Amino acid sequence: MITRIIVAFGAVVAIVVAALIGGSVPGLQPIFGVVLPYVAFAVFLVGFALKVVNWAKSPVPFRIPTTAGQEFSLPWIKWSKIENPSTTGGVIMRMFFEVCCFRSLFRNMRTDLRSGWLIHHPTKWLWLLALGFHYSFLIIALRHLRLFVQPVPGFVETLDAVDGMFQIGIPPIYLTDIIILLALTGLLIRRLFLPKMRFMSLVADYFPLFLILGIVITGLLMRFVYRVDITAVKALANGIASFHPVMPKGIGTIFFVHIALVSTLLAYFPFSKLMHMGGVFMSPTRNLANTNRMEYHENPWRKPPKFHSYEEYEDMYRDYMKEAGLPLERE
Amino acid sequence: MAKQLTPQEMMRIDLSPPTRDWMDIPTVIKPGIYCYPAKPEKVEIVGMPNAHVWSPVEEDWGLPEDWKETFLEGMRERLDKHRSFKIFMDICVRCGACADKCHFFLGSGDPKNMPVVRAELIRSIYRGEFTKAGKILGRLAGGRKLTDKVLKEIWYYMFQCTECRRCSLFCPYGIDTAEVTIIGRELLNLFGLNINWIQEPVANCYETGNHLGLLPHTFKQNIEFMCMDIEEFVGITIEPPFNKKGAEILFVTPSGDVFAEPGIFTLAGYLMLFEHLNLDYTWSTYASEGGNFGFFTSLDMAQRLNAKIYAEAKRLGVKWILGGECGHMWRVVHQYMNTFNGPPEFLEEPVSPITGTKFENAKSTKMVHITEFTADLIKHGKLKLDPSRNDHLKVTYHDSCNPSRGMGMFEEPRYVIKNVCNHFYDMPENTIREQTFCCGSGAGLNAGENMELRLRGGLPRANAVKYVHERFGANMLACVCAIDRAVLPASMEYWVPGMNVCGVSELVANALIMEGENERTVNLRGEEIPGRGEVTEDV
Repeated sequence: MITRIIVAFGAVVAIVVAALIGGSVPGLQPIFGVVLPYVAFAVFLVGFALKVVNWAKSPVPFRIPTTAGQEFSLPWIKWSKIENPSTTGGVIMRMFFEVCCFRSLFRNMRTDLRSGWLIHHPTKWLWLLALGFHYSFLIIALRHLRLFVQPVPGFVETLDAVDGMFQIGIPPIYLTDIIILLALTGLLIRRLFLPKMRFMSLVADYFPLFLILGIVITGLLMRFVYRVDITAVKALANGIASFHPVMPKGIGTIFFVHIALVSTLLAYFPFSKLMHMGGVFMSPTRNLANTNRMEYHENPWRKPPKFHSYEEYEDMYRDYMKEAGLPLERE
Repeated sequence: MAKQLTPQEMMRIDLSPPTRDWMDIPTVIKPGIYCYPAKPEKVEIVGMPNAHVWSPVEEDWGLPEDWKETFLEGMRERLDKHRSFKIFMDICVRCGACADKCHFFLGSGDPKNMPVVRAELIRSIYRGEFTKAGKILGRLAGGRKLTDKVLKEIWYYMFQCTECRRCSLFCPYGIDTAEVTIIGRELLNLFGLNINWIQEPVANCYETGNHLGLLPHTFKQNIEFMCMDIEEFVGITIEPPFNKKGAEILFVTPSGDVFAEPGIFTLAGYLMLFEHLNLDYTWSTYASEGGNFGFFTSLDMAQRLNAKIYAEAKRLGVKWILGGECGHMWRVVHQYMNTFNGPPEFLEEPVSPITGTKFENAKSTKMVHITEFTADLIKHGKLKLDPSRNDHLKVTYHDSCNPSRGMGMFEEPRYVIKNVCNHFYDMPENTIREQTFCCGSGAGLNAGENMELRLRGGLPRANAVKYVHERFGANMLACVCAIDRAVLPASMEYWVPGMNVCGVSELVANALIMEGENERTVNLRGEEIPGRGEVTEDV
């Protein structure tokens, strides 16, 4: 199982090394700084869309929500409108809590066997780490818009101000930078040291963790240690965003490592488990209303069933039925 | 079981998995865990492929030459037919939230019973045989090829999942292992690899109309025998209607209730309730099975067996259908029946003839759960009840998996129980309602030869029962599921001696004051009700 960890880590190291070399050769800089991000972004967009379309091509033959609360039944019974929704509004709320608050993970608990008793105790660590990671990632990604869009949109300025409000250090460190580092470390520690997690983890689980950690670390290095020329970075980002790419000089090699890692993440995304981002919206156990007995749900590939008809049944057992005094269709 | 383990020995469970790669851990098919294979004649009756004699513990499973192509082609077909399956193959992040939610994992410690790993058994085939990365990189991409060893492993673990969906509740993306197991079992059935405990009921149900293979006259007799008991214990004569055309309601319940204790006492409960209400209903010997072991075989088979219910309702010309207490029956009725064989235009929207309540939630499928029906009766004061007759019982309630996570029926049974019993204690909150634990023997795994698996899988449920047993002195485990009634007695005898099992309708009938009844000194089981039997003699 160590192999899986080494392979994943090795793959990220290889990308870093390749980018260090490529980024320090001026002739190769446009490839790492311009071509690679374009290609990666295109792969991400097309790959993501194709995957979603591919999922959508398979129908949802049965209405199979996992019901997590009281059904809508008799009028005097209090019904769980969100956990067991029977209306579109309820489903939207259920999906909102699932996508934005990680509702199901919040339900998590740990079960231990202690002196003859199975003890189930709530545990919020996974929920907390997941929430911390995803929201930090989202805010950091949005903050990066200031590099691509001129003038900088108001909400990006606000995010920036709120995220940096603690004014710790110079330049000030963002709150999300701290949270994402802690969360990724926590998620990695779970995988590396909890026996169950190590047992189930694949290269595909370690790789994105190392990759995103690499992205965060190189990002922080650029801000605090190997300062890059931010004007040059903006010029490059603006150029890319406006489809008039330029390759400014003297950005700093570390920047190319950051870009290579981000590009890898984008290009890898559609072919990986990271597609849970799209999949969560399409999961039939969550996004369907429990209107099962209220509305007919059509299965597009339904075939009429071949079954043992009553006539065949009566033919088979007529004598027994007659003797038992059961009514018959034909005597 | 090779050797009878004591509960203490059984409890020595190591929940820490080994440090080896799971793909390298060979699967050993153990007695006590696996079920006997399907008998060829039972496969043939329903026209399923590759009926043959085979044994899971032998090297040669008698597979057809092209089994591998059949499996992969079947998998491709199902990826195209079920969005659930396709998405669940792609998006699992192995976060581990489901790992310790499975009763089989908690009871056995077998790491391949962690829902995520059980699904990975098939996901690894998906990656290794269907995705480019998996085809090229193999194990590095988490993929593997389908070999006969892999197939045997899949078979072993697809029959160590009861499709209870507890893992799906905790999954952040709603990945439902039941979907994986349903499709996994379908694939195995493409070349005759079912277990007999499922296949025989399927074959029986197909021909005779019920799992137990009760012929029309036997089915009728069994119910009439129960009426004789009722006459003796309650003093009421009941003549239940069979195959009666023009009745208002068709009643369908699992045949287990017609056959064995303690299910037959639940059956007595139905009979007395309907008699008391003077309900215009009928039993059917043709559609004499509410349960559906076809659901544990393939969705196609589930549809074929289920078709009889609507067909019979149409033939008899009833207005709507009432369903008895059963777990997976209600998963099928609630989430599949209408899609399988509906919409039943020939039926009417269900209305209680006693209270006039419209069952809005069943207006399309037109089938109402007996507990919904009874709760409505009690709410409207239509039943005269003497809960003190159940005073010797301290009742707890087991939420069956399917009515819980595939329907959401939590309040109705509790409302009914609280009205017919004075002492009710719920088990700890992480083990009831939507978080309920499986009995350990669902999805067709209630055979005798896999008793060790059943007891292990039953441990989490039993452990919570033991808690209310020791803390409050609970002595009766009520449930609304025929499989529960069939299997929980064994689990309780092993894990929580002194705990009895009953259906909710049995409790209702014991408390029900019927016109013209005897003074009740015994309950439906013929046992003296403490404090009542002797009193009359003393006076």
